[in-house]
Amino acid sequence: MVVLYSFATPGPTGRVEWTFTLDNYIRLFGETLYVNASLRSIWVGLLTTLICLIIGYPLALFIVRQPARWRAALLFLILIPFWTNFLVRTYAWMIILSNNGVINTMLQSIGLPRQILYPSEGAVLIGLIYGELPFMVLPLYAALDRFDFTLMEAASDLGANRWRAFLRVMLPLSLPGIVAGSVLVFIPTVGQFVVSDLLGGAKVDYLGNLLQRLFTRSNPPNWPLGSAMAIVFMAILTIVILLYYRTTLEERR
Amino acid sequence: MIELSQTQPGRAVAPVGRSNAGSALLGFHSLLMYLFLYAPIVVLVVFSFTTDSFGVRWTGFTLQWYERLFADNRLMGAAMNTLTVALISTLVATTIGTMLALAMERYRFRMRGGLEALLYLPIVIPEIVMALALLAFFAFSFGIIDALTGSRPTMGLGTVIISHIAFTISFVVVVVRTSLKGFDMRLEEAAQDLGANEWNTFRHITLPLILPGIIGGALLGFTISLDDFIITFFTTGPGVSLLPVEVYGQVKRAITPKINALSTIMLLLSISLVFLSQFLQRRR
Repeated sequence: MVVLYSFATPGPTGRVEWTFTLDNYIRLFGETLYVNASLRSIWVGLLTTLICLIIGYPLALFIVRQPARWRAALLFLILIPFWTNFLVRTYAWMIILSNNGVINTMLQSIGLPRQILYPSEGAVLIGLIYGELPFMVLPLYAALDRFDFTLMEAASDLGANRWRAFLRVMLPLSLPGIVAGSVLVFIPTVGQFVVSDLLGGAKVDYLGNLLQRLFTRSNPPNWPLGSAMAIVFMAILTIVILLYYRTTLEERR
Repeated sequence: MIELSQTQPGRAVAPVGRSNAGSALLGFHSLLMYLFLYAPIVVLVVFSFTTDSFGVRWTGFTLQWYERLFADNRLMGAAMNTLTVALISTLVATTIGTMLALAMERYRFRMRGGLEALLYLPIVIPEIVMALALLAFFAFSFGIIDALTGSRPTMGLGTVIISHIAFTISFVVVVVRTSLKGFDMRLEEAAQDLGANEWNTFRHITLPLILPGIIGGALLGFTISLDDFIITFFTTGPGVSLLPVEVYGQVKRAITPKINALSTIMLLLSISLVFLSQFLQRRR
């Protein structure tokens, strides 16, 4: 099946007219609409990855330090939301953030004015972090599970304070987990269109939304341009992943 | 699958620091994270029973949204379609996936590395790219069929099923291969020494032993197929409605308690499938 997939990836030539052209690529890099949407997607992807890492690392650390019996259960609790429908989970945030929703009701009950929480960019970010957090925690857990905690004691015996011991010993040794988690979070985030459509109100364009429009909604659909975009997207992802692995390999040396 | 219970003998579970404040902070942070993960799910379930017609506030208990949901022919038809797609694609993907896993675990053949990379591709690449590739593939091959036979097939349940098979196979292979890792090949040799032919060996020795892995893979494939939105969205055709696509369309317009009720049922279904597959995998 995947052989068929790679065989079917359309090139820059049009679906309707099979004449060779580079115009699609020129348009992609020339029009601000496409450049901006791509940059925005990459930015949001990086931001989501970073926040997931910052909030996911302590969580993974906490789980690793629990007794073995609890560890399995705590990890399983992280897995459950990850197997439930993404659409449903995004929808749950629409309910929470809506004008008369839970958060606004709480705000009002303590005498604060209502906020328009959704649709907004912030809501998109929350939805993305919520959806991707398990992908960050699981690899981090796997990496920290292999970490020998007596090394931390050794470091402090040698005079390092806790923060320094963390930075110089634990963080570098858990780097494979950090890289794996970051790649797992970053890739789906850059290509998503559901969260920005539902929680962002489709007001701002992301790469995924443009792709979806070019293939299905715009009248008439522009498949060649969409295909060119998908190929550029894959190329960017490949470069990012390669860079990631390259830097981590070098840091290890 | 992630191995949940890997205990390493001899590993010191020494606490990182001596300060209790640090540990408490870590625990508090984790509590918040679990709240963050589960609050939306709880909210969704609770608000499927509210009398509030916008479905975002608690105004009293009712079961009317569930009644209305089951009376909604459009949504029920979409649910049936989704179940059909999930069942057929799981059956096919599990059969092919198991065969692939067996071949890859046992034999060294040319292009094995290439096949492995190709198999894991659907798991790694963004779903939207996979969906667009499938869409392009269908359009392209339908064009050829049209040119050859003069009639053009249409997108619909058939194309959705083919797409679901294509991307669930990878997940099935991963799970079945994990269960094959601990398989003792000498059992097969013993059976053949005792006079069993290849088919009988497979039927009576191999299959029963790897069955938990196969069922685990099938359940995973089923869950993924049921929950998939993006690939379904791109490969379905006009007039064919599938549950996730239908939900997406309704949710884009407004929040309705009927969708809260539907989401609750979908959540319950996914969660029970996860529990079932975990249970089966642990028994091996």
